[in-house]
Amino acid sequence: MKKLINSPDEVLADALVGVAAAHPSLTVNASDRYIARAGGPTPGKVGLVSGGGSGHEPLHGGFVGHGMLDAACPGEVFTSPVPDQILAATRAVDGGAGVLHIVKNYTGDVLNFQMAADLAADYGVRVEGVVVNDDVAVENSTWTAGRRGTGATVFVEKIVGAAAELGADLGTLAALGREVNDRSRSFGVALTSCTVPASGKPGFELGEDEVELGVGIHGEPGRARGRLTSAREIVGVALDAIHADMPLSGGVLVMVNGLGGTPLIELYVVYAAVAEWLAGHGVWITRNLVGNYVTSLEMAGCTITVCRLTPQLTHLWDAPVVTPALRWGR
Amino acid sequence: MDASMFRAWIHEAARSVTENADHLTRLDSAVGDADHGINMRRGLQAAVAMLDETNPSTPGGVLATVGRALISKTGGASGPLYGTGFRQAARTLGQEPDVSAAQLGAALAAAVAGIQRIGAALEGDKTMIDALSPAVTAYQAVIDTGGDLAGATRAAYDAAARGLKQTADMQARKGRASYLGARTIGHEDPGAASTVLILSALATVCSAGERRTKGHQ
Repeated sequence: MKKLINSPDEVLADALVGVAAAHPSLTVNASDRYIARAGGPTPGKVGLVSGGGSGHEPLHGGFVGHGMLDAACPGEVFTSPVPDQILAATRAVDGGAGVLHIVKNYTGDVLNFQMAADLAADYGVRVEGVVVNDDVAVENSTWTAGRRGTGATVFVEKIVGAAAELGADLGTLAALGREVNDRSRSFGVALTSCTVPASGKPGFELGEDEVELGVGIHGEPGRARGRLTSAREIVGVALDAIHADMPLSGGVLVMVNGLGGTPLIELYVVYAAVAEWLAGHGVWITRNLVGNYVTSLEMAGCTITVCRLTPQLTHLWDAPVVTPALRWGR
Repeated sequence: MDASMFRAWIHEAARSVTENADHLTRLDSAVGDADHGINMRRGLQAAVAMLDETNPSTPGGVLATVGRALISKTGGASGPLYGTGFRQAARTLGQEPDVSAAQLGAALAAAVAGIQRIGAALEGDKTMIDALSPAVTAYQAVIDTGGDLAGATRAAYDAAARGLKQTADMQARKGRASYLGARTIGHEDPGAASTVLILSALATVCSAGERRTKGHQ
């Protein structure tokens, strides 16, 4: 393992020190392990809390700020945060209007956020949760823990964050989050594995000419292994899967997201193929993100997320946002 | 069984999980995200530290402390699941200073019920339940036929180990492994593997306790 770390056990603690030093607009609580806006809760505004395993930066700490999250709870690398952590963040951002938890559908995340929500009720904090499950790679969902939550998390955090800033109430925000999730689908492709620092070894092996199709955002293997072909063909597989699950039409928001080990030039090659595929199916891209937003350490590959926008969702997407990783309009 | 024996169990479980952390992580990297050994080591070591610090005087107090430590330090799904299991067991034992083999059996059954309630897993889903549930049944069978604590915990361990082996043939339907579908077949479930280690620690401590008692006679 070759990594710029001090010790495998101290990666998260050391990274939080760096986050605090780099971003004066954020406050980092090192003992309870959460990242929040430096200004504290906004009275009367619903607080937005998300979180999940570390190793997906900038998700979620990079999306804390005006127009998006109020706090993020980073767990250990690829491990969900614990209830104490989530409870502390939830209480810290409650401005009296309740707190919305945005949770990716992984068993550990769901269980820990649920326990934290139960505990928050004991302190009189109203909590609602939105579970993001946009990954079409998971079939047979009646028998599994359901679809994973991946790239659409960024869409939910941004759009719901904008609505929260405009003063929407807790129930409205939860419904909006579910709407964004329902209108979004993702598909991921990995070209290499990655190494969790505490384990020291790659999570899985991929041959030179192999790709893992339908990966989530962890080192976990995907559903099927394929041969490495052209970017255009791989994009075809991804968008065919998305389109089969949720027929695409009209104007869409597209994110081509790097998993941490893929240079931007390749992401733009992928974006070109995505635009070409969509145009061929009568779908047009009205908004986009290309870059590293939901990573998997140094894993090579990308995820493609598509959201079928409405005028309201477009308006909220365009609203000002000021966070370390997403910033426009103000 | 008094509090010191329960403390000895958790110390032995932490030692064993620490020693086998790499093995658990290897199992997890085949079907999950390669952190089960790391998480369980962190959680159980935190449990031992909290026990040493607070020194609870009853078996129920020991298990409640372990449950709290696992929930607040482990992360992932295993923290809430194991943590809930230990807390449910603690609730069943109450404030009794000394616990009989039958009471421990009831506590283990409560642990399984608690874990199933929040994890919603059934036998055959390829989870820790596939080791834990047959273990509790085997424990109860020994107690019901007049067996002792050492025999019951050994039977529980044996049943858990058999259950773990059987998970290799199963297709995962819960947790992160479920996303792999048929590709999970051929791999033992990491959660079932850590359950075997924890029950093995219980059997070790109870057998040692039995030998000590007999030695005194």
